[in-house]
Amino acid sequence: MGSTRLYAKGRVLGHKRAKRNTRPNTSLIQIEGVATKEDAQFYLGKRVAYVYKAKREVQGSKVRVIWGRVTRPHGNSGVVKSKFRSNLPPRAFGEGVRVMLYPSTV
Amino acid sequence: MARSRQLAPGVGRFSRSQAASRRGLYKGLKKSDKPAPAETPAFKEVTVGGDKNSGTRLVPTSKAPRFYPAEDVRQPKKSRKSPKPAKLRPTIVPGTVLILLAGRFRGKRVVFLKQLDSGLLLVTGPYKINGVPLRRVNQAYVIATSTKVDLGEFKVDTKINDAYFAKPATKSSSAEAEFFEEGKPKAKEAFPEAKSADQKEVDKAVITAVQKQENLAKYLKATFGLSKGQFPHQMVF
Repeated sequence: MGSTRLYAKGRVLGHKRAKRNTRPNTSLIQIEGVATKEDAQFYLGKRVAYVYKAKREVQGSKVRVIWGRVTRPHGNSGVVKSKFRSNLPPRAFGEGVRVMLYPSTV
Repeated sequence: MARSRQLAPGVGRFSRSQAASRRGLYKGLKKSDKPAPAETPAFKEVTVGGDKNSGTRLVPTSKAPRFYPAEDVRQPKKSRKSPKPAKLRPTIVPGTVLILLAGRFRGKRVVFLKQLDSGLLLVTGPYKINGVPLRRVNQAYVIATSTKVDLGEFKVDTKINDAYFAKPATKSSSAEAEFFEEGKPKAKEAFPEAKSADQKEVDKAVITAVQKQENLAKYLKATFGLSKGQFPHQMVF
């Protein structure tokens, strides 16, 4: 069975922050294979899903999602800022995130 | 209208006289005459029943409101914007093979037929090839590939429009009936014959066009997925 992945893989690097103050409403995402801010332009506006599991079932599933969108590039090396419907919890730092391919402009 | 670009707050690209000249104000401002509103009489005659009442009575055409707010409320301005159907991407042309990114058929490659009035795209698998029926899809959830099927002069029947896909109005069952039905699977309605006939008719033309190209049927049958080392921003679709 071939691959059925329809999203780009990303990692949560942390909250948007200065040295001593953090702004948890925006998270930084590193998308696999993206190394320049020109490459990151492709992903702007794309929806992002932070998927995680929990013990309690909600609406018939133990899998939960926090949806968000890629908002803007961060720096010159392809990292990207994104905002989620509710802020990402700090335990998400270092975890994987799915950057969907929609809304598509190709 | 030639708008003067803003260079800094309060400083436009063109001076007041230059902007007026660009707008052609020397020709004078156009005055449009609104058509005179239809004359409605203030009172209308209404027949009244009962013996003791006179046969007719003069009643005001529009009643005065029952309540007035304590203070004058500010009315929001009426918007002059009207929603328009989404503009079709230049890469999407009838016969283009699209990749569906979300929904029940995500990952499937389908053939684009036409854009409907609502702006949604009408696509078909074809059904025999990959199980995708005549379906509407939003442009934002689709990747257009460079692969095209030559549909020639084929035009989809105009009866297949947005109203064709409307859900039939379901009779709302009372709470008691639902309570008794609980646990039993709901009887599924058989797929309407007319819709399968429409599907076959459209697919006939599409499949003959697909057969002309080598491996295209296999391509449409295969699903799309990203694998290791593939990055969407580097791919040419």
